[in-house]
Amino acid sequence: MGCAVILFPVLPILFIFLFFLQNNSIKTSKYNFFTFLPLNLFEQFQRIANAYFLFLLILQLIPQISSLAWFTTVVPLVLVLAVSGVKDAIDDFVRSILLTCTLDLSVCVQADLLLLSSSEPHSLTYIETAELDGETNLKVKQALTVTAELGEDLQKLTEFNGEVKCEAPNNKLDKFTGTLTLRGEKYALDNEKMLLRGCTIRNTEWCFGLVIYAGPDTKLMQNSGKTTFKRTSIDRLMNVLVLVIFAFLALMCLILAIGNGIWEYDKGYYFQVYLPWAEGVNSASYSGFLMFWSYVIILNTVVPISLYVSVEIIRLGNSFYIDWDRKMYYPLNDTPAQARTTTLNEELGQIKYIFSDKTGTLTQNIMCFNKCSINGKSYGDVYDMSGQRIEINENTEKVDFSYNQLADPKFAFYDHSLVEAVKLSDVPTHRFFRLLSLCHTVMPEEKKEGNLVYQAQSPDEGALVTAARNFGFVFRARTPETITIVEMGETKIYKLLAILDFNNVRKRMSVIVRSPEGDLTLYCKGADTILYELLHSSCDTLKEETTEHLNEFAGEGLRTLVVAYKNLDEDYFQEWIRRHHEASTALEGREDKLSELYEEIEKDLMLLGATAIEDKLQDGVPQTIETLAKANIKIWVLTGDKQETAMNIGYSCNLLNDDMEDVFIIEGSTSDDVLNELRNARKKMKPDSFLDSDEINIQFEKSSKKPKIIPDEQANGVYGLVITGHSLAYALEGNLELELVRTACLCKVVICCRVTPLQKAQVVELVKKYKKAVTLAIGDGANDVSMIKTAHIGVGISGQEGMQAVLSSDFSFAQFRYLQRLLLVHGRWSYIRMCKFLKYFFYKNFAFTLVHFWYGFFSGFSAQTVYDEWFITLYNLVYTSLPVLGMSLFDQDVDDRWSMLFPQLYVPGQQNLYFNKTVFVKCMLQGIYSSLILFFIPYGAMYNTMRSDGKAIADYQSFALMAQTCLLIVVSVQIGLDTSYWTVVNQFFIWGSLSVYFAITFTMYSDGMYLIFTASFPFIGTARNTLSQPNVWLAIFLSITLCVLPVVGFRFLKAQLKPTPSDKVRRYLIKPEILCSRTRRLRRTSTRRSGYAFSHQHGFGALIMSGRNMRPKSPFLATSIKSGPEKPVSWFGLI
Amino acid sequence: MYYGLSNFYQNHRRYVKSRDDSQLNGDNSSLLNPSKECEPYRINEDKPIAPCGAIANSMFNDTLELYRIDNDTRIPITLIKKGIAWWTDKNVKFRNPTGDGNNLTALFQGTTKPVNWPKPVYMLDSEPDNNGFINEDFIVWMRTAALPTFRKLYRLIERKNNLQPTLQAGKYSLDIAYNYPVHSFDGRKRMILSTISWMGGKNPFLGIAYITVGSICFFLGVVLLIIHHKYGNRNTSADIPN
Repeated sequence: MGCAVILFPVLPILFIFLFFLQNNSIKTSKYNFFTFLPLNLFEQFQRIANAYFLFLLILQLIPQISSLAWFTTVVPLVLVLAVSGVKDAIDDFVRSILLTCTLDLSVCVQADLLLLSSSEPHSLTYIETAELDGETNLKVKQALTVTAELGEDLQKLTEFNGEVKCEAPNNKLDKFTGTLTLRGEKYALDNEKMLLRGCTIRNTEWCFGLVIYAGPDTKLMQNSGKTTFKRTSIDRLMNVLVLVIFAFLALMCLILAIGNGIWEYDKGYYFQVYLPWAEGVNSASYSGFLMFWSYVIILNTVVPISLYVSVEIIRLGNSFYIDWDRKMYYPLNDTPAQARTTTLNEELGQIKYIFSDKTGTLTQNIMCFNKCSINGKSYGDVYDMSGQRIEINENTEKVDFSYNQLADPKFAFYDHSLVEAVKLSDVPTHRFFRLLSLCHTVMPEEKKEGNLVYQAQSPDEGALVTAARNFGFVFRARTPETITIVEMGETKIYKLLAILDFNNVRKRMSVIVRSPEGDLTLYCKGADTILYELLHSSCDTLKEETTEHLNEFAGEGLRTLVVAYKNLDEDYFQEWIRRHHEASTALEGREDKLSELYEEIEKDLMLLGATAIEDKLQDGVPQTIETLAKANIKIWVLTGDKQETAMNIGYSCNLLNDDMEDVFIIEGSTSDDVLNELRNARKKMKPDSFLDSDEINIQFEKSSKKPKIIPDEQANGVYGLVITGHSLAYALEGNLELELVRTACLCKVVICCRVTPLQKAQVVELVKKYKKAVTLAIGDGANDVSMIKTAHIGVGISGQEGMQAVLSSDFSFAQFRYLQRLLLVHGRWSYIRMCKFLKYFFYKNFAFTLVHFWYGFFSGFSAQTVYDEWFITLYNLVYTSLPVLGMSLFDQDVDDRWSMLFPQLYVPGQQNLYFNKTVFVKCMLQGIYSSLILFFIPYGAMYNTMRSDGKAIADYQSFALMAQTCLLIVVSVQIGLDTSYWTVVNQFFIWGSLSVYFAITFTMYSDGMYLIFTASFPFIGTARNTLSQPNVWLAIFLSITLCVLPVVGFRFLKAQLKPTPSDKVRRYLIKPEILCSRTRRLRRTSTRRSGYAFSHQHGFGALIMSGRNMRPKSPFLATSIKSGPEKPVSWFGLI
Repeated sequence: MYYGLSNFYQNHRRYVKSRDDSQLNGDNSSLLNPSKECEPYRINEDKPIAPCGAIANSMFNDTLELYRIDNDTRIPITLIKKGIAWWTDKNVKFRNPTGDGNNLTALFQGTTKPVNWPKPVYMLDSEPDNNGFINEDFIVWMRTAALPTFRKLYRLIERKNNLQPTLQAGKYSLDIAYNYPVHSFDGRKRMILSTISWMGGKNPFLGIAYITVGSICFFLGVVLLIIHHKYGNRNTSADIPN
């Protein structure tokens, strides 16, 4: 580990400030005003296509080769460069603006700080690290005593002069080592004193810190991976195809060049009587060589220059649809969906794997006390008059808590019978709520009279205490020895004798309290599996009833806890507390001794009931997940949260369910364990994947080093996989990688828990590496940045506090449920549009260009063009660009409702069916066929014929005009056939383009133009003289018929014999009543029980009992009411 | 009456280019300084060639005369030499140079004839409105053919009245003044007499093509109809995978 020495001079705070201004901002804008033109041009010419056109331009300047006027290349090139340049400039501008303002807005810690002092006793600082690791519980950091003395004294702080030695910036979130040298003494620094960038400070008035790492050096940024330029698979395919076309072009040119050589040798040589060879050409082969380059120029249109720029425009347009989509706009916090990267749209239609964060993405991070079972009676459901259960919605009448002045107004409960029970002083009910208000480690905060705020270590606890508060058992204050409860309006002070704290093994916590009446009671809450073992035998009947309720709760995806109590015998307790004291001061084996003692006293408990907490999902998450699953998308949840919570959410949002054959849990702690667990899982899912005859095994037998693509395998059922971060670390190591991918990809659902941000990225990377699939990562926090950057597509959930995820994402919106619309509607449409566009684009250019090739055989391979040069210039840019753009911007096979209703329409995109190499070859063949028709029909029609007045029509100019008119009408008809969704714009573009063609043609071939620019428009009169002839129109009509006939026939046959899903759905559209019948309610079935979902860490018990975190005095004890002291203003502004 | 040439590449790129439209349009500066495209037929013996270029230089210059043999007497058939070029060509595209007076000889002063021509451009015809650049034979030649085998309108034979055929059945003789060599490049010359209709000259291609394509369409239609009946209903909405 390299050691970087960071010296802090006399004015650390000023230094911090400056440091921030200089280094913490991230420079993202590429250009400034002056560098734009040269830089952008340079960048653009790096694109292979643009460089190619530059090369062509240079070729055209050589007189021996030039077969086309210079403007045929220059006009398109300049236009294309201008359009992409403007787009780049806008993109750059937008991006830089976004970053600067959002960084100012975020309020969480912005650098890695060494905590110096804070407002809380003992310089404690509470932080929430949800942004960092997805954990939602509160954590405590404590400053060194030496630095804590500094307090909030600015003078002292500015004079602080110490030297920090620490490790070089790294990505380990849970580790920090360093030393602080202050006045000659050394102090050890560890992670407990660090506030990392991305965490949010809670429950703390102010704190001071020293910046250790800033900007890109922070642990968060170190974890967020590299920003890579993302390209879509269609982009890559397009590059390959362009190369293929280049090869094809070279081949054609070679054929024609050889043809020219032979012709010149065989005929041209003798034809020199009338046409001598060009100057400097003295042999047929040299002429052939020159002709090769001439043909390169003429046939260059097979690689259309406007391809790339059109693709960009289409993507941009489709991005605007996402921005404008009202159905993806979240009105509550005014957040529209946003396509932040405009070059990835069609990839949205091909997603096969979704990697999702949990907290904040699937869940709202809000816990609600939803149901409970008290003494065998279940509360929480609402029934109507006839005893039918009703769905709870916004209109359901809430329970009125107005009798309780300390109630939390945000709390909502719908079952009135529970309040009745409380009001009737039902003993078990009272005891139940008393337990909830006593047995916890929550800290109360009451800044204003009656305005209680709870700071809970886990949101579950907070929810339980809040529930008790609303039902009339208000937890008001605590000291190390007492807990103050307002019980039904009456203040009672309980003596807190012991907290038997939570840990991962015990999965329960208890408190021992003495009531004001003097009764000694132990209250316990914990996971049902654990607590059921500890119950007194007299509770057996109650146990059965409660179990039933627990199953019911769990089936609805609620987190359950069982609560129990025990009255203690005074003598026994005294003896126990003595032993407890001994054990807690023991030097050796303290932990073991304590847990033994705990186990001893937590026995023969009396069952009280159970609680059910809802980890509130975001709206529509289960439905979205079901829809996405139907679209054959695999969902992996990657969360920093612990296994139980993650699995719980898995069940509640229908990722995991009881219909699954099995859910494998990988939690091995050595490499071998993990390997075995993975293999066993795979053995069960697909036993024959271990046979030697298995294709993939054979493939690996012949292994070469480079990573291979693993084809998809089919499991013999539906399985789920849960893997912990620890095991994942082993599984991601070299030789286990493959096992992990093969096993995990057999499962329908994979949940990775306790993973670090970097591991998230590694998992995504793994799938990218071994699977030929498009991945999408979605998340909301800074801990998701790395995977968002790694995945093909990153989606950020916006509208919440942190913006890191959104800033590095490609698309952002406010709610997880919008994902289905983004993929199934926008993604699919973009994909279909892009594919149709490419198909048509290649087709039209092949049909256009290859006519020259055929003409070569009849014009002595002299690189003579078939069309007028102006037509060549304008064909791609004016005559055919708008119709195809219109189609690629508006086309849809079925509308959005149907896209959402039939998620299986999404599957062809995943399999890349609409545009791949086969499809390309088909386009090419169609183009070749059309070009043959387009050449030979005019040829046949003109051969040895003349006008009706006997004058010439078989001349070159008439032939050119006829061929180009045929071509333009044919490609216009073709686009009409390809368009499946007609809008006014499409009609306008197609008819408009045709009219513009005729208008421009007649203008350019007019007398006036000829007399002004004699040399440029030699086609004078051709349009008038040719298009007035009936046989010309007959020939045009014939070519259209012949070009279209096979296409129509083939499509008809395909729709009849092998209809695609979208064909079927379209036929289906005739019966709209189905639309209603298909929207059905989602019903979860699950008998799984949930566990204790608290922090994986130790609880705060010890902290509370020691009183270290207590304020000297709680200002609002119910007995004496006085106004609290003025609190200092928050100091966060500085940090 | 047409003359036809085959194996003659009037559509060769360098051939097509080899002309100066400005010169042919009567532009005086181009007349004396023809475009570079005309090389190597641009300047001969230090004088600019008018009309310049390979197209003009290779102008067809055989003369054809048609006689009807009636009782051993040769009756010449009237061949009309005007009205064989496009109106736009004759009136817009091709113009003689302008200057003082209408004396073409004076207007073409300072230029020389194309290498292959026996006489200069201003001596192509005796009639002033068919001489120089606006000579219709010249204009027809200058409208280059699209294909290496082509025919060009040479003369018109007018029908006298509707009762008699244009050319009665009988013996005819064709006198050819052979000036134009094609043997060297294996070319062939033809003379074609053709009657024109509203569809233009005789060309069976379109007719045959339409009949063929029509039959194919019909056949395909029947086949597709059968297929539709057989398979079309099989894929009803019921089997949309879910």
